[in-house]
Amino acid sequence: MQALTNRSKPVDRSPLTFLEKMYVPAIAKGMGITFKHIFKRKATVSFPEQRRQFSPVFRGLHILNRDEEGRERCTACGLCAVACPAEAITMEAAERKPGEEHLYREEKYAARYEINMLRCIFCGFCEEACPKDAIYLSETFAPSNYQRKGFIYGKPDLLIPDPKQSSK
Amino acid sequence: MTLLSIDWFFILEKILLISAVLVLSLVVAMYSTWGERKVAAWIQDRLGPNRAGPMGLLQPLADGGKLFFKEEIIPTNSNRFLFILGPSIAMLVACMTSAVIPWGDTLTIAGRTISLQVADVNIGILFIFGVLSVGVYGIMIGGWASNNKYSLLASVRAASQIISYELPMGLALIALLMLTGTLSLKEIVEQQRHDLWNVVYQPLGFFIFLVCAFAECNRAPFDLPEAENELNGGYHLEYSSMKLGFYLFAEYINMFVSSALMATMYFGGYAFPGMDSLGVSPNLLTILGFLALFIKILVFIFFFMWVRWTVPRFRYDQLMRLGWKVMIPLALVNMLITGAIVLFRQH
Repeated sequence: MQALTNRSKPVDRSPLTFLEKMYVPAIAKGMGITFKHIFKRKATVSFPEQRRQFSPVFRGLHILNRDEEGRERCTACGLCAVACPAEAITMEAAERKPGEEHLYREEKYAARYEINMLRCIFCGFCEEACPKDAIYLSETFAPSNYQRKGFIYGKPDLLIPDPKQSSK
Repeated sequence: MTLLSIDWFFILEKILLISAVLVLSLVVAMYSTWGERKVAAWIQDRLGPNRAGPMGLLQPLADGGKLFFKEEIIPTNSNRFLFILGPSIAMLVACMTSAVIPWGDTLTIAGRTISLQVADVNIGILFIFGVLSVGVYGIMIGGWASNNKYSLLASVRAASQIISYELPMGLALIALLMLTGTLSLKEIVEQQRHDLWNVVYQPLGFFIFLVCAFAECNRAPFDLPEAENELNGGYHLEYSSMKLGFYLFAEYINMFVSSALMATMYFGGYAFPGMDSLGVSPNLLTILGFLALFIKILVFIFFFMWVRWTVPRFRYDQLMRLGWKVMIPLALVNMLITGAIVLFRQH
């Protein structure tokens, strides 16, 4: 049979020699290995003081994006909800009224937009499905909570702050 | 000052010494728990406890506090008296063995010679064996009184393990006794002070003793009495709070005492090379000797931990086979060879 990788090793099934049966040399070797580890660099990250850098492809908590003028990009098309394999996203659409043009980019917007973080598997399909560049996965974890309903994130939790309002 | 012809200073001195030894072994056992976690962490490339105090040094206090404040449960169908007796015996026995270990030579304070040994009995090693065999009762009673079949099974296992390994331990010591010709630990140390350490003459005997000490202390790779995966936790399954703490703590005291024993019998105890040519005052020499013994003990304790985090646990039949089919014959051969050499040297 052809080996798939060059790392495979043949198994030695020859019976143990007397020296091997005594186990003591093998134990001594093992003790040597563990002793060396005492001086090795520790892998621990002391969490609150040090934080581990996420990889650039990390998929964390979702955000709903706004455009340059601070209007919500989401038009409640529901493609993200369709793309979601865990069926974590639910939304309700509403029509934009006159005078709300500074709030929503298109005529239709999401009146209710919820992601159940207990169902979400952070696959990123919603991000890919969104035609309006409205939903993104950020680089933060979902914080812990005591109640299940605390994990259902609504619009106030997901929308990023309005850039115009925060600059004022 | 002699009142009623009792040497009150002698009693005071002994009380102080007993308290000191007791406090010492408790503190060392306490910090062994910290050391255990640190060594485990280092071997596994972790940092270990580092939150409670600098380097996590207050961790044992936090652990102790937690154990004291935990809810204490005595099962309804257990034998109350025996249930409390079990951990008490384990703890008592662990503390008792330290009485015959010479912690140092003599101190001279205000014209009085104080021996740094609680009791220099001429049957020191026998005393240790006697006390150690009582230790089985702690485990056995604990397992029995819980009225739990898993605990009972575990304690039966523990008892047979301890008995199996006490035999080769005794045989290994007999070889040592042939060489030294005395049962007094103080004399054994004094012989090593002027001669080479016993480990040079008895390497095999020391090895057997070491392995048996691991088994007697219920330390890995022989920690079968508390095999979680087969027996739901072991003989102390039903114990909670500080009673469980006592069982676990007794293990660490046992480790300390057996380290002290090994250092005393095979590694010269408080004697260290070049001790008598240093030319310092006898009192200082005694303190240095005590420090030497202490360092040896710490090295042994580290060794115990090092082995625990290297060697995986034995299977029970392997444990028994090792005890009866390997350790006892080895100890007997060692005894025979030693006997032959001693006989040969006499003629």
